[in-house]
This record gives sequence, structure tokens and C-alpha cells, in this order.
Amino acid sequence: MNAATLFGLSGAALVGIGLYGLVTNPEPLRKILAFNLLGSGVFLVFGVVSRRAAASGLGGDPVPQAMVITAIVVAFAATAMAIALVLRLLQETGRPTLSADNSGGTDTVRGNS
Amino acid sequence: MTILSVFDIGLVVLILGIGASTIAVREAFAAVIGFVVYGLLLSIAWVRLSAVDVALTEAAIGGGMTGMLMLGAVARLRLAKGNDIRTSLPVRFATGVLCSLITAGLVAAILSPPEPIPTLAPMVMENLAQSGLGNPVAGVLFVYRALDTLLEKVVLILALLGVWSLAPDSVWGGIPGLRLYAQSNSTLTFLAQLLPPVGIVVAIYMCWVGAKEPGGAFQGGTVLAAMWLLAMIAGLERVPSISQPWLRRLLVVGPVIFLAIGLAGMVLANAFLAYPPGYAKPLIVAVEVALTLSIGVALGLLAAGPPERVQQP
Repeated sequence: MNAATLFGLSGAALVGIGLYGLVTNPEPLRKILAFNLLGSGVFLVFGVVSRRAAASGLGGDPVPQAMVITAIVVAFAATAMAIALVLRLLQETGRPTLSADNSGGTDTVRGNS
Repeated sequence: MTILSVFDIGLVVLILGIGASTIAVREAFAAVIGFVVYGLLLSIAWVRLSAVDVALTEAAIGGGMTGMLMLGAVARLRLAKGNDIRTSLPVRFATGVLCSLITAGLVAAILSPPEPIPTLAPMVMENLAQSGLGNPVAGVLFVYRALDTLLEKVVLILALLGVWSLAPDSVWGGIPGLRLYAQSNSTLTFLAQLLPPVGIVVAIYMCWVGAKEPGGAFQGGTVLAAMWLLAMIAGLERVPSISQPWLRRLLVVGPVIFLAIGLAGMVLANAFLAYPPGYAKPLIVAVEVALTLSIGVALGLLAAGPPERVQQP
């Protein structure tokens, strides 16, 4: 197994880990973090696509690399927007959570199902 | 097994371990610190994939800027009491199974690459010399896919408008609510006096060298933004109110010049965002310089957040 495949597999694992965190963690900030993890896994897989397509004396195909750079910037812009939304939610409601079913956290253990 | 492959395996183990820990730990603060470390490790992985431009961007944005934004958010959310809803065990289990299936699908795709592997590298290199650029990634960003790059800057400004518009009406046009730690004689003050001159030179170098070597407007702009934020957080530089005319001009100067050169290309080179022969490199460098300034200001303001207080008269 070469290095590119190894990083590709870890990218695939990161997608799974990030998606799991996105679905199971109820805190919005942790969801944003998990979403970034998921995104970086996708970028890593794309980076492996670039590395494998190395030709003409380059270490990798520059087109996917340029697209990943653009993607990182757009992901950051979306993250900044999402964090601002969470903080505004906190200002409005006093709680950094999206659940509508209880108003003050009196029930401590509840399923989401 | 060579030393490099041992290094790669260790790196992957660290990346996966820290990545998983950002999901698993209970404390949001620990998760964010883990995410910053994760971003830096990931940028080493990008170097190993021969993508140094991406590595610089990942270190600056994934580790630095995103980490700073999240740390700021954690500090504010910590005071608020969240309701401690936990996801039930069956749901977690089902999610775990489905997520593993997605990972398995990706693994299958990675282990069976197409034959022959499609690549655009020869086409990029064939025409790169005409643009006068030496860095193929910069060539793709500013020549072949210039529209993507232009729209990416527009996305940054749109995101900033979105963040600003979350401010209550009463403080519109006011000062962003960046947390300040202004204490004279602290280490932070010392660093905020020492680092910006060095950082600004590094930013200019990155922007200039981006035409030939890894680097470029985005990486340079991020360093500029970091230096600006450092000086503001240490209280050495005032946080400007968002209605300042100079601030708004700096924000749009990059995209406007890019757009103007793109429109001029319609007349002089018969296509939108095309450069007239022989003038490609000077035009691209001009666009990069303007973009570096705009990106620096946009990133700094995105990290500073929506306005929270009105300017004192």
C-alpha cells in the first residue's frame, strides 16, 4: 500500500467519524466542528485523487489541488456564518441548543428518537 | 518498511485519533483544541501528498482561523447552560453502522482506482508558460479557473454580510464584539508588538512568491488577518466600526479589480477573465496584491464577528 492510498483510507474514515459526530452530538457548536471534520475527510480523498494523477513532472494534478484550496476557503466562510448564527441563537434564547421540546434543561436524560 | 512509511502510518494514526477525540470528548473546549492540532497535522499530510499550496491553506484556515473562531464561541457558550440531551444508545448504534457503510463505500472507491487514471496535469503544464507563472496551482486558480477564484472572494464577502446582518438593529454599523485582553506588560502585548512587522513581511513575501512557488493571495491574506487580529486583541489597535468607509473599500478592492480586469479581457482578449498576451503575469500579480488586502480584511472581520456596540462619539 503506498502513501497516497493510506491517506485516502484515513480520509474515508474521517468522513465516517465526522458524519457520526454530526448526527449524534446535540450541541450546535460540536455539530459545526464535526461538519468541518467531515469536510476535511472529503478534501483528503480528493487530494489522493490529485496525487495519483501526478504527471508531467508534477507531484500531483494541480486542478483538484486548486479546487481544494477554494473549498477550504468556502468551508471557512460557512463555518464563520454558522458560528455567528449559534451565538445569535444564544443571545435570543439564552440557550445554545436547537431542541424545542424543553425550555430549561429540567429533564436531563432524553432520547432524540 | 522505510522511515517515510513509518512516518506516514504514525501521522495517519495521530490524525484519526485526534479527529475521533474531537467528536468523543465531552468538553467543547477540549474538542476545539483537538481540532486545531488536527488541522496542523492534516497540513503535514497535505505536504506528504505533494500539495504544499493546500498545506499552507489548511494550516492557516483549518487550524488557525477556524480554531480561533471556535475558541471565541466556546468562551461565550460556556456561560450558558445547555440542556443535557444525550442521543440514545440505539440511535448511536444505528448511526455508527450507517456511517461505517459510507466509509466502506469510500474505501472501496479508493482501493479500485480507474485505469488509466484521468489527469489534467499535462494540459496545465502545456499552456502554463504563456501565462508567465511558475506555480501550476496559481495557474489553475488565476488563469484556467479564474471564475472560481473570483466567486470564492465574493462568497467571503457574502458570508461577512451574513455575519453582520445577525447584529441587532440598534448596533448596526457598530464595533464587532471581539474579546480583548488588553493588559500592559503581558506576554500577549509583547508578542503583539514583536510579531506583526515580521508577519507583514511574510505576508508580502507569500503573496509575491505565489506566482512561482507555493503561496499566494489567500495564504498571504490569512497571515495579514492574523497579525491584525493579534494587534486588536492585545488592545494595541482599535477595533474599527464596520461602517468605516476605508474598511469597506479595502473589502471590495480585490474583487472589484479582479472583475475589472476580467471585463477588460472581454474587449482585449475576447473572453471574460482572459488576459491579453504578454500582460498575463503583471495583471495576475496586481490582482493578487489587491486580493491579499481584501482577504486579510474579510477574514479579520469574519473572525471578529457581528457588531455588538455602537461607536462612542
